[in-house]
Amino acid sequence: MKIAVASGKGGTGKTMVSTSLAASLSGQTSLSFLDCDVEAPNAHLFLKPNFTVEEPVEVPIPEIDPELCTRCGRCVEVCQYNALAKIGDQMLVFSQLCHSCGSCTLACPEHAIHEVGKPIGLLRQGKTSHGIDFLHGELSIGEPMPTPVIREVKKATPPGSPLTIIDCPPGASCSVVTAIHDADYVILVTEPTPFGWHDLNQMLGVLKQTGTPAGIVVNQDGIGDRTIEKQLADLPLPILMRIPFREEIAANLARGDLLTEILPEYEAAFQMLYRQILEQTQRSAA
Amino acid sequence: MILFITAQGKTLEDLFNTKFGRTPWFIRFDSESEEWEAFENSATAQAHGAGVAAAQFLIDRGAQAVVSGRFGPNAYQALSAAGITMLAQPDDSKSVQEVIDLWQAGRLETVH
Repeated sequence: MKIAVASGKGGTGKTMVSTSLAASLSGQTSLSFLDCDVEAPNAHLFLKPNFTVEEPVEVPIPEIDPELCTRCGRCVEVCQYNALAKIGDQMLVFSQLCHSCGSCTLACPEHAIHEVGKPIGLLRQGKTSHGIDFLHGELSIGEPMPTPVIREVKKATPPGSPLTIIDCPPGASCSVVTAIHDADYVILVTEPTPFGWHDLNQMLGVLKQTGTPAGIVVNQDGIGDRTIEKQLADLPLPILMRIPFREEIAANLARGDLLTEILPEYEAAFQMLYRQILEQTQRSAA
Repeated sequence: MILFITAQGKTLEDLFNTKFGRTPWFIRFDSESEEWEAFENSATAQAHGAGVAAAQFLIDRGAQAVVSGRFGPNAYQALSAAGITMLAQPDDSKSVQEVIDLWQAGRLETVH
């Protein structure tokens, strides 16, 4: 079972929900937690894993052998990302534009191109005191492409993990699609504001394409207005949980506490939320 | 000297454009013969790397200098590797002809 926690809008409480869900279920099942928000991973601040593995994430980029290259320019023509340029006698590779598709290497009639690994981030793994297998990726500053790092985090999930919880990046673009790809369920965390509603709809558009079953957690419940409440109620998705807007929660989260540590009654509430998810996925499979 | 100018349209009367990679038109101006020609910029349709594609286009057409508003890091790298002089002109209310006049008067700033 893979559960992804996404939102559309940033700052709605994805990490709060995903870390507390993981902590609440850690007594029942062994589980893996993947922080796929690789541009700003922060779930480790709450689950506090002891990292024991750190390895670079690399992407293959072309390297051109100037001895074999005849400057025919075929590689420049086939590159869909304009990552190559032919300037007089010089071949330039713009590694940040390269999507590692391999077309240039395949197309080169002189076999003058081979691929070399370029580090773009880090993958870290460790265990938390709850016994959770914790993994996260961190994209290096200045690197524009988070998806290869997200894919490496997902690939490193311990095999046979009965439950995987994925903390997704914000937004509704490639990085989120990569993070939720192959998830069995998506929890959408939203806030009842026009911004929350707008970006939630972007995610609903993504889920329409993937067909993944989903439910909603309303965070900062009580802010915003009644129009949004009505719109949320009219969606064909269940509201799994409501978390009130309370200073006590915000202040303690800012210190790195889990929601279940701030308000212990949430442990049972998250266990109930998980049961709801199991029932909903069984129904949609039937 | 072969000068390229980023432009909104395809004549010297059209407005100058401050974007390099995604400018709709390039005007090629030959300062010796005073002849000019407009080229539509196919790089505007590119999802990625418009700056590199536009730079390659100019390099392939013998550019020696180019005037635009600003140059992105990839375009800058490609144009400087080709030894093309980059000149900055931030005012998009000027016409292409006015920009040529400024260049001929030596009043444009070189980008380093």
